[in-house]
Amino acid sequence: MSEPAISVRGLSKRYRLGTISRHTLADEVTYLYHKLRKRNVAEHMGKISLAGVPDVTDPHRHDSHDFWALQDVTFDVQPGEIIGIVGGNGAGKSTLLKILSRITEPTEGEAFITGRVGSLLEVGTGFHPELTGRENIFMNGTIMGMRVADIRRRFDEIVAFSEIGQFLDTPVKRYSSGMFVRLAFAVAAHLDPEVLIVDEVLAVGDAAFQKKCLGKMGDVVRQGRTILFVSHNMAAVENLCTHALWLEHGRVRMLGETSEVVEHYLGSSQITQQEDSIRNRKDRQGTGRARIVDFYVTDEAGKRQNVLRPGNRYHFTLECELNVNTLSLQNVVASVALTDLRNETVWLAHSKFTHEYQTLMPGVNRLTCTVNDFSVAEGVYNATLSLGQGEVEPLDLITNAAEINIEGGNFFGTGSKGSPTLCKTLTRASWSLTT
Amino acid sequence: MQITHIKARQPWWIINWRELVDNRDLFWLTVQRDLTAIYKQSVLGPLWFVLQPVLTTVVFTVVFGNFAKISTDGLPPFLFYMSGLVLWNYFQGVLNGAASSLMSNAGILRKVYFPRLLPPLTSVVTYLGHFLINFLVFLGFFAFFFFKGSAIHPSWWILLLPVLIFHCACVGLGAGLWLSAMTIKYRDVSFALPFLTQLWMYATPVIYPASEVSAKWKWVIAVNPMAGVIEVNRFAFLGSGSPDRVILIVSFLVGIGLLISGVFVFNRAQRTFVDTI
Repeated sequence: MSEPAISVRGLSKRYRLGTISRHTLADEVTYLYHKLRKRNVAEHMGKISLAGVPDVTDPHRHDSHDFWALQDVTFDVQPGEIIGIVGGNGAGKSTLLKILSRITEPTEGEAFITGRVGSLLEVGTGFHPELTGRENIFMNGTIMGMRVADIRRRFDEIVAFSEIGQFLDTPVKRYSSGMFVRLAFAVAAHLDPEVLIVDEVLAVGDAAFQKKCLGKMGDVVRQGRTILFVSHNMAAVENLCTHALWLEHGRVRMLGETSEVVEHYLGSSQITQQEDSIRNRKDRQGTGRARIVDFYVTDEAGKRQNVLRPGNRYHFTLECELNVNTLSLQNVVASVALTDLRNETVWLAHSKFTHEYQTLMPGVNRLTCTVNDFSVAEGVYNATLSLGQGEVEPLDLITNAAEINIEGGNFFGTGSKGSPTLCKTLTRASWSLTT
Repeated sequence: MQITHIKARQPWWIINWRELVDNRDLFWLTVQRDLTAIYKQSVLGPLWFVLQPVLTTVVFTVVFGNFAKISTDGLPPFLFYMSGLVLWNYFQGVLNGAASSLMSNAGILRKVYFPRLLPPLTSVVTYLGHFLINFLVFLGFFAFFFFKGSAIHPSWWILLLPVLIFHCACVGLGAGLWLSAMTIKYRDVSFALPFLTQLWMYATPVIYPASEVSAKWKWVIAVNPMAGVIEVNRFAFLGSGSPDRVILIVSFLVGIGLLISGVFVFNRAQRTFVDTI
């Protein structure tokens, strides 16, 4: 095996909470004064040792205000590997990238990176509003570590990629935010490092441009670069990365094949379990003229179910409340959507698809959707509920209103569960052979 | 293949000079940007480079020369003030530029790494650009007064000018790096900075000749590394004052010392400064 492109050994980073940036000269002077006085006092009192007594005036003391953002992180990345770094907020992902980009120094440990390093923690770093797009390409490129000669050589490519065109010689302060981001990413995409460190920069720009960026990243991947990629977008991690590193509370929880790590990570992550009942949920969108107050699933016998089995028949019921002092509400449509843990919608039942428009009466109404042959594969899902008046007025929308567990069942009649990691929906099909 | 070694607690004396050289393109682009972007969108544009030193000199001439009637050693007041200001402004530019370099670039330095010594170093060259323009303006007025027959006596000391400029850069950069490192820990420093530079100017013979300083305060001139050079510059071009060789050499040594210590103090402070700002 060749030498690793990135080798991280026992990396730790400590932050001091509370005391950060609160130092003023006055604090220090007070501290010195107290220290000197204390010593005098101690001397007068016959040299009583103050050791062991916490000195509250000492701003350099070690105490519980220390926060370890990273603790003893060790891993290797082989050349050509693309490592996705996953983990919840505060897991230490950004800190790790900052240290590897040399923006800050570790408290303990060391790391070796072989090859030129390019780090992309932000797009457009160092853009100067007064300078033109052209000038900023050079400025930004050199800040990222490119040589002017390299930028000149790839200038046309960068401009073409950015789609800036005629605005090349306009000061960037007159750019729309979309143009700004496109130009910034265009420069970043043409960095030619052997090791690339990327933070969530893909979460910018419009959808079309994001797709282009992902495509560009894919090209970079095929060129055999080593990439360290932090993202909350699991789909992007799974598409791009060969391996994944899962950080939790500053420690390495798991390192391995992307699909395996992502699966474990998602499985462990606390699903947004709502304490509140649906009636008390505050995170709603819509006008609220009618409100969803309850949601449940029942089987054919009318019994409420928390775990659903594919292949069975179910009734999804939304209880909706309309103010008793109002008139009835016509043309009401409702929907139930199931999203997987990657937040992608895998199943959607909408009454407008079937042109079923209901009239809600003042008081409580029950809207029931019947599904004959439930065809979602095993897993944990979230139900998102919506209520609207035709296409005109969104009445109520609750994202992740309830958790739906799906397991078991005999959808295919063969005992097969399909391939839930590959495809979340189940389809019965028959096969024939012609020769 | 280039290998980057990241390590906890790097000793303060380790400075990657090679890296500075590798970033020379960024260095020159920053200089270029700072010189061109500064007066963009102003009506007079680059004319400000000329106007600023002239206007400051006019104000000094009126306030200190006409109202306060501070002696100018018999020299034309306008030329007297300008000869002091031309070097002082360079020094002050470098000092302020270097002192604020970490703070004013914090947004960038939080997101990307390049040698942190680079921004302070660029101010040395950027303000050299300002200086050259100021100096040309000064030469213009100098020629005017010279041919008008004013009592000015340039001497061979003029040849020392590059050394004087270099010295101003050393002191400005050295002190600026010290202040920049301190600003990270004590925000107070950045508030005190304008006051400090002003105080420093009054402790330097910019608006008065060193000969006017009473014996009681002579030591201030002696310890101030900027005093000697301002006086020498004035003597070189205008022929008044008496350059003290000992003070001059001490100044040079102080300047070099300030620069070397400043570089290391700054280097120590920059490594984790993003954690505290």
